[in-house]
Amino acid sequence: MSSDSVKLSKNLLRMKFMQRGLDAETKKQLEEDEKRIISDEHWYLDLPELKTKENLIIEERSFVPCEDLMFGRISFKGFNPEVEKLMALLNPKDQTDNEEEEDQSKMQTDVTDEEMALRYESLVGSMKKKFAKKRERAVIEEEDENQNVVETDSKRTFLKPQD
Amino acid sequence: MFSSLKDKVGQVLLPGDEFSFQADDTISLSGPVKPEKMVCGPGLRRSGDRLLVCKSGVLRHKPPNMFWMDSQQRRYVPVKGETVIGIVTVKSGDVFKVDFGGSEQASLSYLAFEGATKRNRPNVQVGDLVFAQFLVANKDMEPELVCVDSVGRANGMGVFGSGGLLFTVSLGLVRRLLAPHSDVLQDLQQLFPCELVVGMNGRLWVKSSSLQRTLVIANLLQSCDTMTAPQRQTLFRRVAQGAL
Repeated sequence: MSSDSVKLSKNLLRMKFMQRGLDAETKKQLEEDEKRIISDEHWYLDLPELKTKENLIIEERSFVPCEDLMFGRISFKGFNPEVEKLMALLNPKDQTDNEEEEDQSKMQTDVTDEEMALRYESLVGSMKKKFAKKRERAVIEEEDENQNVVETDSKRTFLKPQD
Repeated sequence: MFSSLKDKVGQVLLPGDEFSFQADDTISLSGPVKPEKMVCGPGLRRSGDRLLVCKSGVLRHKPPNMFWMDSQQRRYVPVKGETVIGIVTVKSGDVFKVDFGGSEQASLSYLAFEGATKRNRPNVQVGDLVFAQFLVANKDMEPELVCVDSVGRANGMGVFGSGGLLFTVSLGLVRRLLAPHSDVLQDLQQLFPCELVVGMNGRLWVKSSSLQRTLVIANLLQSCDTMTAPQRQTLFRRVAQGAL
């Protein structure tokens, strides 16, 4: 079996079971051949490279954004209060309304600090009542009803019936 | 860059007029300039770098870079996002067919109402009026309407119209009515308490406290199409004084 007399074909050498016996050099050569075949078989169009042009013109089919049109439901003089609410909600505000908006932001703190303190004052009492025991609660209620605490003799004594 | 277009603002243009935008020949020294974008509204169409006029009318401009043609027409072409008044014509299975005055009927799913589920169907009958917006509107597909916004709220859309009057006006009058600070509406506001539903398809629905008043308002609005501002104001004043 002399190597120059018998030569195995390339196709045979490329088969999986022949790969083990091959030396590094022939393996490399085979790979290169294969690559060349693949790249030859790939074909491409001989065209200049396509550039994605940035589109400067945007198409808009509707009049609504062009003319700032309002929402299509309108009510006058309180004929349909629901629609009037919607109109205020959906129609884009113009400059005169902006001033009103500012007012509204001020109005959002419509509970003043004093009112809050007053409210909490009563709350403290009711919380105190909640945690007090039943017998104490009665005392607290009495105190609340008339601010000046009346001295009541709490000790019950037997009252002798009169004949 | 758009100076050629800006020169024509307020002038009458005809279909076929075209503008072309080449990049400026002058190179600015201050550095690379970001190219300006422009929006071409209805009546204008883009074709490559050129801009073609496809409707006759007056060229309008809104800063910074919005141009459109102001034209008069009565034929409505659906546009995505616009709200219209439609009439339910067919009730079939899970979609309603709605006539909105366009070339084709739109479909309206029974699930596209506020609060509607598979079990809880909306009460819609043939002949009902719906105020709805277009979800799909292009030249290749059947238009589709919905009566909810993107978060599922009705926001004034849905079935309406008991005891009112529906009539058709030109699309130009509809835009005049809906324009901010509309002079027609300001005149109308001084007459009687009333309610209007205005569809972008040229349909108007009016309701007032009595049938007579509803008819008066409907007639006034229909005649507004062909009146100048002083004529309209004198007519409205006469009505307010009780002449009609």
